[in-house]
Amino acid sequence: MIRIKTTNRYNITALRSFMTNILSLLAALVVISIIFLIAGVNPIFAIYEIFSGSFGSFYGIKETITKAIPLILIGSGLTLAFRAKFWNIGAEGQMLMGAVFATWTGLTFGEALPSYIIVPMIFLAGFIGGGLWGIIPAILKIKYSINEVISTLMLNYICADFLTMLIVGPWKGKARFGFPGTNNLPDSAILGLIPGSRIHYATLILAFICAVVLAVVIYKTRFGYEARVVGENPEAGKYAGINFLKTTLILMAISGGLAGLAGVGEVAGIHHYLGYPASISSGYGFTAIIVAWLAKLNPLYAVISGLFFAGILVGGDAIQISLGLPAATVEIVNGTLLIFLIMGDYFLNNKITFTFSSSTK
Amino acid sequence: MKKIKRLEMRSISKSFHGIHANKDINLFVESGEILGLLGENGAGKTTLMNILYGLYQPDSGQVKINDKTIRINNPVESITHGIGMVHQHFMLIQNHSVIENIALGYKDTPFFFPKIKIRDKIEEFSKKFDFHIDVTKKIWQLSAGEQQRVEIIKALLNGADLLILDEPTSVLTPQEIKDLISILREMKAKGHMVIFISHKLDEIMDICDRVLVLQKGQIVGEADTKDTDKKSLARMMVGRDIVFNINREKLLKGKKNLSVENISVMGDKGQMAVKNISFELFKNEIFGIAGVSGNGQRELAEAITGIRPISAGNVKMNGKDITNKSPRQIYDNGVSHVPEERIRFGIAPGLFLYDNAILKQHHLKKFSKRYFLKYNQVKNHTKNIINEFKVSTHSINSQIRNLSGGNIQKLILGREISEQPQLLVASHPTYGLDVGATEFLRKHLLDLRRQGSAVLLFSEDLEEIFELCDRVAVIFDGEFMAVLDSDDERFSDIGLMMAGSKRI
Repeated sequence: MIRIKTTNRYNITALRSFMTNILSLLAALVVISIIFLIAGVNPIFAIYEIFSGSFGSFYGIKETITKAIPLILIGSGLTLAFRAKFWNIGAEGQMLMGAVFATWTGLTFGEALPSYIIVPMIFLAGFIGGGLWGIIPAILKIKYSINEVISTLMLNYICADFLTMLIVGPWKGKARFGFPGTNNLPDSAILGLIPGSRIHYATLILAFICAVVLAVVIYKTRFGYEARVVGENPEAGKYAGINFLKTTLILMAISGGLAGLAGVGEVAGIHHYLGYPASISSGYGFTAIIVAWLAKLNPLYAVISGLFFAGILVGGDAIQISLGLPAATVEIVNGTLLIFLIMGDYFLNNKITFTFSSSTK
Repeated sequence: MKKIKRLEMRSISKSFHGIHANKDINLFVESGEILGLLGENGAGKTTLMNILYGLYQPDSGQVKINDKTIRINNPVESITHGIGMVHQHFMLIQNHSVIENIALGYKDTPFFFPKIKIRDKIEEFSKKFDFHIDVTKKIWQLSAGEQQRVEIIKALLNGADLLILDEPTSVLTPQEIKDLISILREMKAKGHMVIFISHKLDEIMDICDRVLVLQKGQIVGEADTKDTDKKSLARMMVGRDIVFNINREKLLKGKKNLSVENISVMGDKGQMAVKNISFELFKNEIFGIAGVSGNGQRELAEAITGIRPISAGNVKMNGKDITNKSPRQIYDNGVSHVPEERIRFGIAPGLFLYDNAILKQHHLKKFSKRYFLKYNQVKNHTKNIINEFKVSTHSINSQIRNLSGGNIQKLILGREISEQPQLLVASHPTYGLDVGATEFLRKHLLDLRRQGSAVLLFSEDLEEIFELCDRVAVIFDGEFMAVLDSDDERFSDIGLMMAGSKRI
């Protein structure tokens, strides 16, 4: 008979933590390989294709950075929410709401204003939009104890359909010739690109700044301290006299706001108009959850893990074309990675011992 | 299975992490007998019974039924041997009916239409022992007493000859207690045996034939209830006559510091845990609250410090009303708190030592400037606490969950005391500390007193209470049984007061 015993692991070194992540990623790759095999593709070749497609060429790297921008922004915002154990699954919706606010601002005021005024304005509008959408589940949780996983998830759909309603209805642009979507933003509101790429550098710089500022907020400020205490032990938070409502509202405003900024980047940097939700986001809000997790909830690491997952997205596109795999492949890869990272965490925090004993019966 | 005529436990020992919970315990119980197990909290009563019920394995010793040694590996085996246990916290499913709950644990429940067959059985037992219970009701609709009866039926239906009741009366109303007693008498008459765990003397005297007294994991006394009285039982339970040995200097009472007026506080289960208590505290004074834990101490401490709402009454600090203010406002009015459940309330386990060293103080000017924390000051402060309170750790940069319980406690104590609070509310501050640390801490409390603070000390350790306190209140079931100067002669009966049998 085998007995399995789990005990809490107390001394967790940085090395062990790092190695656990690496092992989790490797284990995930094994499972992903099996899936590729079932799909009739040589897994080694497929995985090679993913990484050569994203990091192996100049074009690939440019695309990877482009997709990393929203992932870094949203991912670093999520690290803050997750630190306080507020499980914000609604970054997708918060990002779209940011895009909606930014589009409205751009279309309404953009014509008359120069770039250096309207661009900060649309970023601000996007932050407010995402932040407001993030505050709703915070209020629901603290005031009415409604589970934030459900509410943030559901608000994604509400936001997506709201956006769709806008673009097929009141905001439908004349320039779209009857197709859903708004008119293009005026030129002054469109973000500049690094020549020869789709990298909207203003958002990229903003993403780096946000990651650094958030790291300071989390580790150096009173607010970050209170958020961490609440996340570690809400009872201790209560005992310490921390105001839960205020703390949660601020952190969700920031987390949602950063997702909103990502939405601004996609609309003003890439698409130039507000189209269907799926074309604006392609699931960044969900992928960013894995980004935050792989970053061990440290916003600085989210820069690296954001780049990593952007690479997988780009590489996934590449194998769709070269190997003829369905678009869902990337989602399977991402989902598998997340599951293994979370499992890795369990093995990091708990020590598992097997004892073999001959059964008496 | 043959009926149990005699059950015996021989030299049972069990230790957890090197601390004896049970040491060399012998007991027996015979058919038609009710045996009482008496002892303070932590005396090892529940551990002993959990061994019998198969939840724990003893380190050494044997269990014998009808003179045959048996091994009980888990509760299922215990049930087949004819042992049933009703835990202090009921193991029932709230949203299921009585019948469904009983069917769940019953061995002969048919796969299809389980309720029909079970219903008859339950009715039969209800009649036999005079339970009044509506079997179609859901558990959450029942009172605590009715739920307990469901547990008893469950045990009896599974063929329990020996029924273990762990503090059965702690959740019952006086009427329900009477009902329970008559059920137990009925069972006794029908040849069942009962082990009755309690720390209330009145009930033990009332219900049991024989009583064993446990203290610190060992049996310190045994008596037939007809040959003994409450007073000598109380003495056995507390372990000694109270010696008045006071080294603390006499200090004149200072100005009034805290005043508590007629407060009532709800407990977790929605019962009144603190009932209309009033007292005052003065500067240069340590006020002790003695009592067996679970009699409202935790609720009282939490109410004063703002963690738990006060249903009625007022709390004033230096004349300023702090009733139901937030914990931070109360802290800012000079009240520090060493909570009873330190791990639950006192620390954020994954954060660093220095983060935890300012849990309640991080908003003070000393440690924060506008939005930022002054981590240099915080770290220095942490180092001071560690040095002064001898917290052993290799670094202040390690997570606090890596520390042992005793060291966590020293850090919390240091954190709460080092700020010179005007009032320190300390719940069992020396519980789990070694002798040296205990001595050190007691000195610290006396220092606080000398420097003009007041201390509200909750403790089960009577030696500690009498060594430190100027005045002592004895709490039982949410009420004060006595409030006296600690050198009052009448405290020779403190055991009786703690057990709720005497009020002054």
